[in-house]
Amino acid sequence: MRRRFSREQRLTIVYGILCIVLIIAMLQLWLLMATMNAYLGGDESVIWPAAFVSLIGFSLNSGLLWYLYRMDRKQ
Amino acid sequence: MIGREREGLTIPPDGRSLDEQPKWRQDFPIDWPQAHYLSRRDFTKFMVLISLAFTAGQFWIALKNLWRRRRGELPLQQIATINQLPIGGAKAFVYPEAHDTCLLLRTDETTFVAFSQKCTHLSCAVVPQPDKNRFFCPCHEGSFDLATGAPIAGPPQRPLPRINLEVRDGVIYATGIEVKTI
Repeated sequence: MRRRFSREQRLTIVYGILCIVLIIAMLQLWLLMATMNAYLGGDESVIWPAAFVSLIGFSLNSGLLWYLYRMDRKQ
Repeated sequence: MIGREREGLTIPPDGRSLDEQPKWRQDFPIDWPQAHYLSRRDFTKFMVLISLAFTAGQFWIALKNLWRRRRGELPLQQIATINQLPIGGAKAFVYPEAHDTCLLLRTDETTFVAFSQKCTHLSCAVVPQPDKNRFFCPCHEGSFDLATGAPIAGPPQRPLPRINLEVRDGVIYATGIEVKTI
């Protein structure tokens, strides 16, 4: 049987998830700026890899958010 | 209050009991820990939406790049004749589209160079200053080398896009554009 978290524990979890989401979003911002610079400079080699890395970052973020909502539903 | 589960209680921000709180807070009690939790969860949701926007931006760049590649070879376009341009002189022209302004310069008897006129910082129009051997952007005082288009001062980081030139029978043609990151 799954354990239910207390409200304090859930607040700690949401802080942890928020930190990870913030770090990933900042990395995505840096990646977007670097890719834009490369695109405007005619360097095409990084464009698709950067897009897929950004997609992975978004998938991680949405997975964490999904976990948060699932945790709330089970309370 | 005795016997109630601890996390079901409202805990005011100053940590004192509800009886010690000001009247307005007793009249309108707020479940502070729950409010904290919900505000952090909503901020997390907002950040995930921002993350989605960044990902959409990446794919927009990728699609723009595909569109640029599909455009293929740029057309050959006549710019001027050699006799029209004195040494140290400049001529503005558009290439390849009507809004892409460029500058053709004659640096000596046999050398012609052409660059896009858009500053690579924020797209202001650069002006040639042959006496100082540079293109100057008056918006933020950026400078580019006259011969290579490389940034030499100010905020621009990338060189000016170079227009490839070809001289046939005394006529100068633009044949393509060369963009660089450094």
